[in-house]
Amino acid sequence: MSNVPPDLKYTKTHEWVRNLADGTVEIGITDHAQHALGDLVFVEVPESGRAVKVGDPTAVVESVKAASDVYSPVAGVVTQGNPGLASEPEAVNTDPYGKGWLMRLRPTNGTATAELMAAPEYLKLLQTEAG
Amino acid sequence: MAFIPHTPADVEAMLATIGVSSIEQLFDEIPASLRVKSLDGVPVGLNEMQIGRLMSERARADGRPLCFIGAGAYEHHIPSAVWAITTRGEFYSAYTPYQAEASQGTLQLIYEYQSMIANLTGMDVSNASLYDGASAVAEASLMAVRANRKSKSLRVLIPRTVSPMYRRVAIATAGNQGLRFEDVAYSPDSGLTPVEVLKKYEGEDITALVIQQPNFFGQLEDVDALTDWAHAHGIFVIAVVNPTSLALLKPPGEWGTTGKGADIVVGDGQPLGVPLSSGGPYFGFMTTRTEYVRQMPGRIVGRTVDLNGREGFTLTLQAREQHIRRAKATSNICTNQGLLVTAATIYMSLMGPVGLERTAAASHARANDLLMALTSVKGVRRAFTGPFFHEAVVLFDRPVAPILTSLANRGILGGLDLSEAFPELGYALLVCATETKTLSDINSYVTALGEALQSAVRAA
Repeated sequence: MSNVPPDLKYTKTHEWVRNLADGTVEIGITDHAQHALGDLVFVEVPESGRAVKVGDPTAVVESVKAASDVYSPVAGVVTQGNPGLASEPEAVNTDPYGKGWLMRLRPTNGTATAELMAAPEYLKLLQTEAG
Repeated sequence: MAFIPHTPADVEAMLATIGVSSIEQLFDEIPASLRVKSLDGVPVGLNEMQIGRLMSERARADGRPLCFIGAGAYEHHIPSAVWAITTRGEFYSAYTPYQAEASQGTLQLIYEYQSMIANLTGMDVSNASLYDGASAVAEASLMAVRANRKSKSLRVLIPRTVSPMYRRVAIATAGNQGLRFEDVAYSPDSGLTPVEVLKKYEGEDITALVIQQPNFFGQLEDVDALTDWAHAHGIFVIAVVNPTSLALLKPPGEWGTTGKGADIVVGDGQPLGVPLSSGGPYFGFMTTRTEYVRQMPGRIVGRTVDLNGREGFTLTLQAREQHIRRAKATSNICTNQGLLVTAATIYMSLMGPVGLERTAAASHARANDLLMALTSVKGVRRAFTGPFFHEAVVLFDRPVAPILTSLANRGILGGLDLSEAFPELGYALLVCATETKTLSDINSYVTALGEALQSAVRAA
């Protein structure tokens, strides 16, 4: 069973969102997503300062046989792409909710994460998809 | 056996399965106005004997003229071994085989090709080739848009000293994808792109600058100054180079004074063992720095080891490509030119660095001889000052086209008339000589030119 931490918000396209103390949000892909992709060999993260809309392809995760876009779950301005992934893309596989975060954004409005799913709802989605 | 394997029953069964009533209906998506109703222009088939005869007649009609045309395709001596080896059954294939890893020899050859081209251009990585030099410029421009993440403008500066044919292909290929190709004027004295002309772009968002070396006029651009200027303003440098010239000139990987070099290097590989063949097929090459390899189009062969630690070759970084990334692939309009790359790899192996250097030096020397000889004729002078590689522009005191016709009647292809592409130059002709031209060939040209000019005087 996939690891779905209770304190995060989730999207249908398997991204997670964490609210940080400084008002920015941290975004990554879920344990389920990293498992489905397989061993990652390259991660392209956005440059800081880039303005993104909800649903914009903002990062790319590449495994040996596939490459997928990661869509931004919130609108905002990128404050940082995870610099550690350039040399260690496998962190997304080994620690998807920690060292494997992809990017941080400053949301353009305070309710940006309102339409996201809570953990129990995301778990239900995973069960439906598996069923 | 017929080449169409489907019986009418097969076709009917397949149409029934997908719920389509006729084959015609499969093409409904294409508007009727765009569809070709009949193929009236295509003649009925000929048998092998007839087609063989037709082709030898056509080949005879070409004759064996002395060719002094360059402008992107160059006649070089090709050692007989090159095509004798290239056409061996083991190599004889149009491009990368499907199930590529089952053809280790082919992959190893492409790997060696990539190593040689990366070396020649002074860059980190090469792809397995592209269609030709022109399409490589288009692909490099698209790649620059992806790789230069600081720039959002999709504006590419393409000086007028870059081949007008390459410019046209780049616009045709990438113009509809939002790229804007903007001309940059050249100095009428030197035939070069001066850095001063670029100053007006400072402070603007420009994605890339294309620099051709030697440029279309054969002149040697100040590539260091141009590269430094571009990099100082966050602009990518796309180098367009002649591979033969790289045996003598600074490789693009070393352009500029900051040690950064060009960002993407492309060119036409035809001078490396590919015959002129009335214009193709040729192949394009492309190299870049490791940090941009994921934005590079085309196939890439890598060296690896198998489970038992034995060396092997494999297609690598395939997540860039259309069979994986589909519409978001780095390119959906490229492939490699396997057979021509095979010839080029064998050519480079046989020539070696010294052989290539001698070829380049001899070509330069012959072009020098040609220029001296032509400009000794009354009414003929050089268009530009400054150094050139193996071609240059000469100016006449009267229209070039009738002179070329007259030369052609004497078995000489005198060069490329520039009056259409560069009307501002006046009666200008681009001429080229490589190591294949002897002093006696050059004398024949000058003699024929003298006669052509004389007969023109008499006609007038």
